[in-house]
Amino acid sequence: MIEPRALGSGIAVLLTLSLALARPVEAGDSPRVDYDRAVRPILSDTCFTCHGPDPARRKADLRLDTREGFLGAEVGKGVVVPGKPDESELAARIDSNDPDEVMPPPDSGKKLTAAQRATLRAWIEQGADWKGHWAYRTPERPPIPDGSEPNPIDRFLRASQSRIGLEPAPEADRVTLIRRLSFDLRGLPPSAEEAAAFVADARPDFVEKWVDRFMASPQFGERMAMHWLDLVRYSDTNGYHSDNHRDVHLYRDYVIDAFNENLPFDRFTMEQIAGDLLPDADDRTRIASGYNRLLLTTEEGGGQAKEYLAKYAADRVRNVGTVWLGGTFGCAECHDHKYDPYTTRDFYAFGAFFADLQETAVGKQVPTPMPGPEAKREIAVLDARIAELKQTLETSTPALETAREAWERGISTRPKGHAWRPIVPVSAVSKQGATLRIESDGTVLARGSSPERDSHVIEWKTDQAINGLRIDVAPDPELPNRGPGRADNGNFVLTSTLVEANGRSVPLVRATATHEQASWPAAGAIDDRPATGWAILPKTGEANHLVIELGEPIAAGGTIRLTLRFQHGTKHTLGRWRAAATSDSRPLEVDGAGGPPPAIAAILSVEPDKRSEIQRTELAKYHRSVAPELEPTRRALADATTRRKSLIDSAPTMLISISAAPRMMRVLPRGNWLDESGEVVEPAVPSFLARGDKPSGRLTRLDLARWLTSPEHPLVARVTVNRLWKIAFGQGLVATLDDFGSQGTMPAHPELLDRLAVDFRESGWDVKTTLRRMFISKSYRASSVPTESQKRLDPGNIHLSRQNRYRLDAEMIRDAALEVSGLLVDRIGGASAKPYQPAGYWAMMNFPKREWQADKGDGLYRRGLYTYWCRTFLHPSLLAFDASTREECRVERARSNTPLQALVLLNDPSYVEAARAFGERIVRQGGGDSETRLAFAFRTALSRDPRTREVEVLRKLLVAHRLEYEKDRAAASDLISVGERPAPSDLDPAELASWTSVARVILNLHETISRN
Amino acid sequence: MHPHDEFRLRMTRRSFLGSTSRGIGSLALAGLLAPRLLTAEDRPELDRSGARPAVERWRGVIDRPHFAPKAKRVIYLYMAGGPSHLETLDHKPKLAEMHGKPMPESFTKGKPIAQLQGQKLTCFGPQIAFKRYGRSGQELASVFPEIGTVADHLCVIRSMVTEAINHDPAHTFMNTGTSIPGRPAMGSWLNYGLGAESDDLPGFVVLISTGKAGQSQPIAARQWHSGFLPGRFQGVEFRSKGDPVLYVGNPDGVDRTRQRDVVEAVQELNALENDVVDDPEIAARIAAYETAFRMQMSVPGLMDLKNEPKEVLDLYGTSGGDGSFAANCLLARRLAERGVRFIQLYHRDWDHHGRVKKDVETTAAEVDRGAAALIKDLARRGMLDETLIVFGGEFGRTPMAQGDGRDHHIKGFSLWLAGGGIKPGISHGATDELGYEAVEDIVHVNDLHATILRLFGIDHKRLTYRFQGRDYRLTDIAGNVVEKILA
Repeated sequence: MIEPRALGSGIAVLLTLSLALARPVEAGDSPRVDYDRAVRPILSDTCFTCHGPDPARRKADLRLDTREGFLGAEVGKGVVVPGKPDESELAARIDSNDPDEVMPPPDSGKKLTAAQRATLRAWIEQGADWKGHWAYRTPERPPIPDGSEPNPIDRFLRASQSRIGLEPAPEADRVTLIRRLSFDLRGLPPSAEEAAAFVADARPDFVEKWVDRFMASPQFGERMAMHWLDLVRYSDTNGYHSDNHRDVHLYRDYVIDAFNENLPFDRFTMEQIAGDLLPDADDRTRIASGYNRLLLTTEEGGGQAKEYLAKYAADRVRNVGTVWLGGTFGCAECHDHKYDPYTTRDFYAFGAFFADLQETAVGKQVPTPMPGPEAKREIAVLDARIAELKQTLETSTPALETAREAWERGISTRPKGHAWRPIVPVSAVSKQGATLRIESDGTVLARGSSPERDSHVIEWKTDQAINGLRIDVAPDPELPNRGPGRADNGNFVLTSTLVEANGRSVPLVRATATHEQASWPAAGAIDDRPATGWAILPKTGEANHLVIELGEPIAAGGTIRLTLRFQHGTKHTLGRWRAAATSDSRPLEVDGAGGPPPAIAAILSVEPDKRSEIQRTELAKYHRSVAPELEPTRRALADATTRRKSLIDSAPTMLISISAAPRMMRVLPRGNWLDESGEVVEPAVPSFLARGDKPSGRLTRLDLARWLTSPEHPLVARVTVNRLWKIAFGQGLVATLDDFGSQGTMPAHPELLDRLAVDFRESGWDVKTTLRRMFISKSYRASSVPTESQKRLDPGNIHLSRQNRYRLDAEMIRDAALEVSGLLVDRIGGASAKPYQPAGYWAMMNFPKREWQADKGDGLYRRGLYTYWCRTFLHPSLLAFDASTREECRVERARSNTPLQALVLLNDPSYVEAARAFGERIVRQGGGDSETRLAFAFRTALSRDPRTREVEVLRKLLVAHRLEYEKDRAAASDLISVGERPAPSDLDPAELASWTSVARVILNLHETISRN
Repeated sequence: MHPHDEFRLRMTRRSFLGSTSRGIGSLALAGLLAPRLLTAEDRPELDRSGARPAVERWRGVIDRPHFAPKAKRVIYLYMAGGPSHLETLDHKPKLAEMHGKPMPESFTKGKPIAQLQGQKLTCFGPQIAFKRYGRSGQELASVFPEIGTVADHLCVIRSMVTEAINHDPAHTFMNTGTSIPGRPAMGSWLNYGLGAESDDLPGFVVLISTGKAGQSQPIAARQWHSGFLPGRFQGVEFRSKGDPVLYVGNPDGVDRTRQRDVVEAVQELNALENDVVDDPEIAARIAAYETAFRMQMSVPGLMDLKNEPKEVLDLYGTSGGDGSFAANCLLARRLAERGVRFIQLYHRDWDHHGRVKKDVETTAAEVDRGAAALIKDLARRGMLDETLIVFGGEFGRTPMAQGDGRDHHIKGFSLWLAGGGIKPGISHGATDELGYEAVEDIVHVNDLHATILRLFGIDHKRLTYRFQGRDYRLTDIAGNVVEKILA
């Protein structure tokens, strides 16, 4: 940036200097130069690129970001000699006129101003005091400055204001104040009744009372969630490419509840980062641990697992690095950080904390059912019942023994199964590079690389005629979850089957299987559609088989080629299988359909007294599975199992953290995932932030969470109170809310920040108490209208002698319109809602193609934070008002002011419907004449009475539009029918339409969407 | 944006609003109100010279260009999905000879690969014949007969490389110079740097068409997002169905007059509020409402092609209103005439994993005439010299077969540029004999961006924005201007 940069940094320097020089003069004649405020910003911006933490870019082996760096091994040897600028090379080099000597060098594009050079010189002269970067030192509680204000926050701010002669603004008028409190703490405007009560409130501590009241309302949690969800990039879709739905809304409910219950922030942190690993983990903390799954993931075919796992690790480091550490840790992915002491090794070691998370590298993430408390109780009862019934079914009794003997006598001993002959293929080939091995019994084993999708092709020469084929899948201890598939859960999906005899394709007419996974029936294996197939969950780790009946027989002597295709992805291929063929005549179906399976038939063919113990047990077991005496028990078991399944299936599901054996993490040189030469790293926190002894053994996410919330941590409390401060004042004490590092801005009031941070920590990380301290301060309550002198002395309002004013956040703008109109549904939490969205807005999405289906009823009128959050195409009304697409952590949204926002408020049916509902409210509740109605409208939307000129403007509009709509009644009827809400039949359409126009004006006002 | 930055922006001499000690004076406010809306109503299609803007529009942070600017705007014909360079712009006879033979491992070892992971790699010869076109003898696939007629305007680059091999990150890379989501698109950067030339249209407009071959990848709105730059630099999608711009249509039962009444009342009440609170944001709000209303008046007319002469419709090969690429090319010219800085046309259907011959023929036919017509039309209107046209996708495709198609490929691909200070009738760079790897005059995406900025007179290292303590730029930490292709 050219012009503003020059000007902006000029301002920054002025501010920095004025702040630095405003500090109490300690000794000597010249004002004390503070390293943090005055020196480091100059060095960091100008010198650290070549003389900073990154060794790869370091020149002349000189670093200026450490004491050893600029002082040298011993005093007098370095480029800075404390107290002696004339002997310091640093001073000589920055003042040099020689282009070969001067620093920074001309080709760097950087330049030091005369004022900056003077500051550096003064600092050396005063002894080159150096304490390290302020934000990396554990905060200590500074004393409260003297003064008359009772509130410590005001004391700190008054002290700094008085230094430059700033007068604090008077308290804001009551209307402004109640609106400010209501928006800041609930995200909603106050009702007319609340505003009236507030204005009339004569209690001396009325602000405290209203702060407490608003913080106790459930809308407080919603308001705080809006802020938090941006940080953790909460979204209802996965982000990359197809950007499909994912279930995470329980996490949003958790966040709302956590703020409403005032969950201590350290616990809040632990539950999110390691809620699954806590000693007292429960469903709530497991839902909280969904935090780790909120990142962007891909389902794009052709994505490489390693590349995406690297992306995911980096995404998590960036997020924790911004949310909790308030830093730009992400910069260390490819090189050591240029300004802060984060190293590349730190980056990958930090990523290793998350290497235990079970997830799908490329493909759909698997959610976990999270039944609610009632469903859980019922499931527990069912589990007990199921165990009991199974016990009954597995227990032999004398009566059953007797029954078995009778049964045995009545059954034919001839095996009903078909005569299957195993096939020993001459070749077995994987299309995607897996290694296929043929065992002597014809079993095909897949080993080596495990492709996402694959096809197995075997060939053999048949010496029998074939009417059917059987595919046996078998467990194998070497396969994931004992196989038979190679997916992580041991499953596979056989998506299609091709049989060719002498090069000609043979029709397949029927497929049956010993077990079919729900929605993955055997028939799917022969229908040639890649989306369907045969799978076997939950019966992995067991043998099953599939029988395929051919449409026409294959004659003996032919060469047969059998192709099994696995197109489902995520490694759902087979790891152990065998084919068999039969010449038996059709119909062909799985064994056991009409009688005992071959194994049992074989036992039956042995004389009873010659049977082994195992055979007797197997036979008894089989008998019990078919005994009519046990039929009621079996039915009861089936019913209980079905009921249990339906409870699980209907439960909300959620991506949560599930810990597994950690993946190996390497440092990726220059962030290149193809490069495997990097060092293997174990989880570790950045070394410059590590305090105390490292716990033994491999560190976990729980250790990470404990470290973040340890009392010595220099950043977390500061970073968090700074964001809470923004909720109260619209800007942080550290203006760069996402950068507490060397390049971030210095806190405007470092002692105040540290005081708040230490108090926050020592209050037990109490969010409500900390916010309350801010909200009851005079500084919070001040007017936001600047005086001439405030504008002149402090244009950026660094010293907070007045409040700030700004546009509401996207969600609140929606909420305000719904609240004012009376349409708002005030239910807390639940699944995401779909308000109206222009047709075709999702047309450019694919896999699958989809169309937004707006909700009916309540879903249309829910608060903005519940709007379905689609990352690639965020709802356009939210997007227009700078809502984050939540692809990365956003600690601060822009507050832009654009024509598209005007179009939304004027024309989005949500706002038009709100306007007509508001119009209806005005007509019904606002009294009989336009005077009282306009007063009602203003009090409802703006918490105040209209001014005379305002009444004139609106009355003119009202009169004109009443005439318009009386002439054009069809148009009136159109306008009052926008949206799903039925148009009232008892009101005159022209009357209502004209009041709708008035309501539209009010909902579009700058004042309506501003927090002053 | 940090309030700090907002403040900083507002302090600039040529900011969006002339900020005074009292925000905006009541005199200026009076000038903003009703009469201007009436003007807009009377002249629904404001021409380029337009009525004088009531408030100074954003003029960009580049006060004085770093180099003499050549281009004033970009029309970016984005062939989404990754067109096969081997069937469009990069002729490889040697690959034809090798057809069906194993791909020599020396080419592919250790290189990233997408859907062909772990498979046997076989050479797949070019499926489309190439021809030489124009006096320059530009070699193009025969699927581009119309583009062939403007071959002497083109500069074909055959040595492009990118870093992301899947569509989504690759689009993000091509548009923002990095594959990490959340950075500004190049259209946002240009508008931030140079400002707008239009008072009633956004400076960055996106038009999207979808082909009929059925290999259309999704495209995310992040591709035209302003990232950490202020929201006003975001691209705005102009649509062929429904409201041409989201929410640009009046609500049911509200005609132009009634809408104007409502907007005027909003403006008047906001001005009254400003008397009480003295807030410069109110002036910005009033200006935004004025622009919004003007957009409501002008956009429908802009998007309506029925008044274009038949000869022009025939040139492009569209009857208008059909959402086709050809119609979008004609719209692009109209947007260019009205001062839109960055116009991006996506055509989705170039992901030819299978049936590369047939589908390249289909998709190329969908874009051939429109693209050529756009060049001819701009040229005859004297606008080509100041309009940079870019034609290309997010990556290329493998010389290896994927069935009868080709997989994604990032080590070498092609695109062409025309107009706007580009040397015409040349080609630049080359891939190896099999079209696998760019080997001569390699042009990285960051280099392309640096070159585009240079054509606007901008040194890419000097168009920066501070975010999270770092001065970010479109070219991230790389980028060299491709001097050889500058006219």
